[in-house]
Amino acid sequence: MPLLPELLLFLLALLILGLDLILPERRRVLLGWLAAFGSAAILLLALTAADGSGGWAAATLRVDSLASFFRALFLLGAAVAALMSIDGREVGRRGEYYALLLFSMLGLCLMASASDLVMMALAIEMATLPLYVLAGFLRGDSRSTEAGLKYFLFGATASAVMWYGFSLIYGFTGQTDLAAAAIALKQAGLPVLLTAALPVLAGLAFKVSAVPFHFWAPDVYEGAPTPVAAFLSTAVKAAGFAVLLRVLLAVFPPATASYWGALVSVMAAATMTLGNLLAMVQKNAKRMLAYSSIAHAGYALIGLVTLNPDGLAATAFYLLAYLPANLAAFSVVALVSNAAGGDDLAALAGLSRRSPFAAIALLAALLSLAGMPPFAGFAAKWFLFASAVEARLAWLAVVGAANSVIALYYYLSVLKIAFLSPAGGEPAPLPFPAAVRIALGACAAAVLILGVWISPWFEAALAAVRPLFSG
Amino acid sequence: MTSFPLLSLLVFLPIASALALFLFPAGSRRAIRWFALAVSAASLALSAAAYLAYDLPAGGYQLEEYLEWIPRWGIGYHVGVNGISLPLVLLTGIVMFTGVLISRGIDERPREFFAFLFLLAGGVFGVFVSLDLFLLFFFYEIAVFPMYLLIALWGWPKTREYAAMKLTLYLFLGSMVALIGALVLVFSTTPATFDLIRLEAAGFPADLQRTVFPFVFLGFAVLGGLFPFHNWSPDGHVAAPTAVSMFHAGVLMKLGAFAALRVGILLLPEGARFHMPWILILALVNVLYGAFIAMVQTDFKYVIGFSSVSHMGLVMLGFATLNSDGLLGASLQMFSHGVMTALFFAVVGMVYDRTHTREISALGGLARKMPLAALAFIVGALASMGMPGFSGFVAEFPVFLGVWQTRPAAAVAAAVGIVVTAAYILLVVRRVFFGAMSAEHDRIVSGIRVKDSIALILLMCILIGMGVYPAWIATLAESGVQSVMRVLGN
Repeated sequence: MPLLPELLLFLLALLILGLDLILPERRRVLLGWLAAFGSAAILLLALTAADGSGGWAAATLRVDSLASFFRALFLLGAAVAALMSIDGREVGRRGEYYALLLFSMLGLCLMASASDLVMMALAIEMATLPLYVLAGFLRGDSRSTEAGLKYFLFGATASAVMWYGFSLIYGFTGQTDLAAAAIALKQAGLPVLLTAALPVLAGLAFKVSAVPFHFWAPDVYEGAPTPVAAFLSTAVKAAGFAVLLRVLLAVFPPATASYWGALVSVMAAATMTLGNLLAMVQKNAKRMLAYSSIAHAGYALIGLVTLNPDGLAATAFYLLAYLPANLAAFSVVALVSNAAGGDDLAALAGLSRRSPFAAIALLAALLSLAGMPPFAGFAAKWFLFASAVEARLAWLAVVGAANSVIALYYYLSVLKIAFLSPAGGEPAPLPFPAAVRIALGACAAAVLILGVWISPWFEAALAAVRPLFSG
Repeated sequence: MTSFPLLSLLVFLPIASALALFLFPAGSRRAIRWFALAVSAASLALSAAAYLAYDLPAGGYQLEEYLEWIPRWGIGYHVGVNGISLPLVLLTGIVMFTGVLISRGIDERPREFFAFLFLLAGGVFGVFVSLDLFLLFFFYEIAVFPMYLLIALWGWPKTREYAAMKLTLYLFLGSMVALIGALVLVFSTTPATFDLIRLEAAGFPADLQRTVFPFVFLGFAVLGGLFPFHNWSPDGHVAAPTAVSMFHAGVLMKLGAFAALRVGILLLPEGARFHMPWILILALVNVLYGAFIAMVQTDFKYVIGFSSVSHMGLVMLGFATLNSDGLLGASLQMFSHGVMTALFFAVVGMVYDRTHTREISALGGLARKMPLAALAFIVGALASMGMPGFSGFVAEFPVFLGVWQTRPAAAVAAAVGIVVTAAYILLVVRRVFFGAMSAEHDRIVSGIRVKDSIALILLMCILIGMGVYPAWIATLAESGVQSVMRVLGN
């Protein structure tokens, strides 16, 4: 039964909502553990049950290898985000918080497996509507309210633009099914195709926070509860890429690729460069991570432009490598800000003495993001640059390499604060709840394993993108 | 193929020990120091075992190991050594052992210090034995990064943050430039492979070689300290704690030169021939500029820092000749300079620990208080001047021979560098170790410890042993050079 994980997610969310009513206040901490371990269990189930046969689940949903690959990413992101939330102020003991997270998860899973335009649009909305609420969840905090509203306004506009693109595809082809639309579009003229492709591209660029549709990200990440920001920057971004891969490669015929390819490669270069340059000057940890996550979307776009299986697999692998590293970085920020009450980078001072474990995990995470071995980011960047050179896009690899140097600068600056700056006053040991410990340990281990034992994961990424080339 | 994975053991012993160090409680300094010493001694023994296991008459790559790693990209875990890399492996073992021996002064977080130092050592061993391009870059970055923390955390407080950041960014930028060049190269072959031996045999088209060569060679030569990309190195040397300076100047700069040879010249012989004239000029600038700048330094450690730039210029000069004499000289110079500069930095560290100053004008008469250190420094000085009977002569003579064969004028100019070297190094010897000693130093300066003496004696013995009986290292280097000459086609 291909949709079993989705069904279980739905039941898990309902269970949490139900328990929220029954459990007394002090026991509600169980809800977070339930959400985290429930997601993890579903992840294990999905991994063991997936046969990659690409079975139809319904006329509009197809759980192929691409969908199951990304589903695993989302589940991992949700499990870690739930673990991070347990000890968060205002969010940790709220049943509706976890239920919203899981409903959003469900939407993300459907996004990755949608094979129909209407289904895709509905799935995207299903994923983002709970996120608008989650971003503004801290009702007492005006920045959180601002984040929720901003995300809603930008997101709704982007969705509207994307739907307009979808409606154009339907208008030109009379089909809502992606495969049927793809066949019909083969006969369409170039102007028609580009008119339809541009709005879709713009809408999805918003989801992955690519330049010039990135403006929302820093404000939203800064204001939203940290676990939500972590979820937005990893799982939701990955879902955007899943749809981007499917729509651009499977729907629009290869003849248009040189046009949108040129556009996307410029977008990739601009996203990397702008994200990294702006990340360099940030004083707030969450804003820094927001700009860095913008930059990472730029790197991941490189693989998309290559249009060959190696490059797309490199993008998928990059997202896989980026996910645990970014989650770990956000976990450390959440940990420190829970203790210090602020998200300034300066709050990281003295981390290596206050909690050596968190400092080492942060080191692994940031070095992985910077593309340093033996962590996952090294191989991931290498594959992207290699695929770009292979596809005769060496200039993108050059831009990416130059950006890696800039990125290394600001990641090192952060590590410098964590390892070198003395903590103001007494270097009190950091309160380190078990949930964050598990999340951080798992992410750091994943970053290291993916960086050394590379081949099976890259093969999985390769298998994931294969359906895009079968049509 | 050997059944015993000697080289893997050599690479992974330091890395595993780096992780194992975190099992020690942070407070148990004594245990940590002894464990570190044991690991470094074992690494030295393993590198010596590799030296002894190498079958010289057979030549070529030996002790090879191969494992599939990422088959989709043609990437394998492929290691092996030949006559070029084996002396450097041995050098790394020597510097690692002596560096740990003299590191008693690290009082702040010794556990983390040795962990990062071993990680660095593992990366360095890894680069020297890599026969796969991906693996080479993998270890190269592992070797570069711990440097940042080692300098930033344990370095000289005044400049450490600046120097550490400058060094890391310079080297990372260089490696990125080299990476792009290497990728362009790899994807001009079908099917793409990252195996260096197969790439060596690929025979890339001449214009591709000419285009790619500057990127690959210069990208790595940044770490080799080639002018005008040497700027990170004196600052880095000076800011680093003693053991790290020894590693840094002794081994890490060789890493750059080695990779420039391994990936630049060996894969792109035609590119090398085409571009060598101007690289020869840059190397010449290195030799002269480094020597003249060293002459006017007032800081003891900066003198040695710039002397490294000057001596690495001789390595590059040897490369630039592309003939067997020059390459042999370059290969020997890498080994000789590694040992020599490790000795210099060890002595500088000992002097600084006791006098708390590195201003040459404030020092003097130290030979009375620490005679062995003075003797060691003088041996190093004689080696660095290229005095017969010391390693420097054995290394520098073939370089000059090689340069004379291609560009006699360059040989004459480079000889000026040797004269200047003699001038500044003897000046330093006289001012620091002889003459009058300030009353305050007379009171506070103590003799050196046993472990320090062992390290200095070992380094001195190698410098003199190589000068008196060079065959033990020169025959090995010669077999390596022959393999390079075969690739160069003459």
